[in-house]
Amino acid sequence: MWRYLAPLAAFLVLAGFLYVGLGLNPREVPSPLVDKPAPAFELAKLAQPDQTFSRDDMKGKVWMLNVWASWCTACREEHPLLVDIARQGTVPIVGLNYKDKPEAAKQWLAQWGDPYKLSVQDPVGRTGIEYGVYGVPETFVIDKNGVIRFKQIGPITPKVWQEKMLPLIRQLEQA
Amino acid sequence: MKRFLLVLMLAAGPALVAANQAAPTDLDPVANKRAVELSQQLRCLVCQNQTIADSHAELAVDLKNQINEQIRAGRSDREIIDFMVQRYGDFVLYKPPFKAETVLLWVGPVALLVLGMGAYFLQLRRRRTRIDERPLSEAERLEADRLLGLGKTEDSSK
Repeated sequence: MWRYLAPLAAFLVLAGFLYVGLGLNPREVPSPLVDKPAPAFELAKLAQPDQTFSRDDMKGKVWMLNVWASWCTACREEHPLLVDIARQGTVPIVGLNYKDKPEAAKQWLAQWGDPYKLSVQDPVGRTGIEYGVYGVPETFVIDKNGVIRFKQIGPITPKVWQEKMLPLIRQLEQA
Repeated sequence: MKRFLLVLMLAAGPALVAANQAAPTDLDPVANKRAVELSQQLRCLVCQNQTIADSHAELAVDLKNQINEQIRAGRSDREIIDFMVQRYGDFVLYKPPFKAETVLLWVGPVALLVLGMGAYFLQLRRRRTRIDERPLSEAERLEADRLLGLGKTEDSSK
């Protein structure tokens, strides 16, 4: 009996592992930055390049840092959602314009709408490295103390926004 | 055969060249060697199955520049690796560290081998005892002799 059941059991275990593996997304690399202080930056504003904006300017507020670029096609995908969020005034969104040309970036915002409180320029991607960015768009939810509480890699989907990000932001604002 | 070898050599050529390729830098040869070695230990997160040394993805190029910059700033290899892990997580390491979450990864194959070998030897031993267990009965011995053509049976006389 055992000699027939053993291979079957082994097969089922293997099949179970493979089945779970199918559902995992290898692109979703857990960020070590969640629950760590957001890396400091002080960068030129996209609209007024002679002025800078830093992480600490958002101290005391719950906010989102959205990494975007005019060359990024997936950014277009999530853009309507960001515009919606901005219109409802749910949470301030700061744009990190990643490895982009300011002219192209401004034109992109003029064409598709500007959901950002403001955008800052990261022309060589140095701040992107500090934030562990490897796939634009990426979005960070940062709490009042400047701690990263959530990271979305790739476009924010309405589902992720409704089920994860919005409840988290509400909760953080209570704190 | 000669032609096959030629094809093989031609196919291997680019790989051999690419392996030692790094972005041109102003680093001295020793520092440059360090930069290449470091970039071979780090995963390109965009392409995932390449090291940043092998990858031409933009992020890989940026990270290589970052390594060069930090070497120039006098950071140690350990510090540079830590810098990457702090930002991109353990996944950035081509060789994952040994810790609680990765025990299965590191010990799994060895454990499977030991388990398999154990089962195999157990099976062998059991089979031997099964064979040795019981001497042949008289009838079985005669049958065996007949099959082997040893016995003086009526068949063999024909």
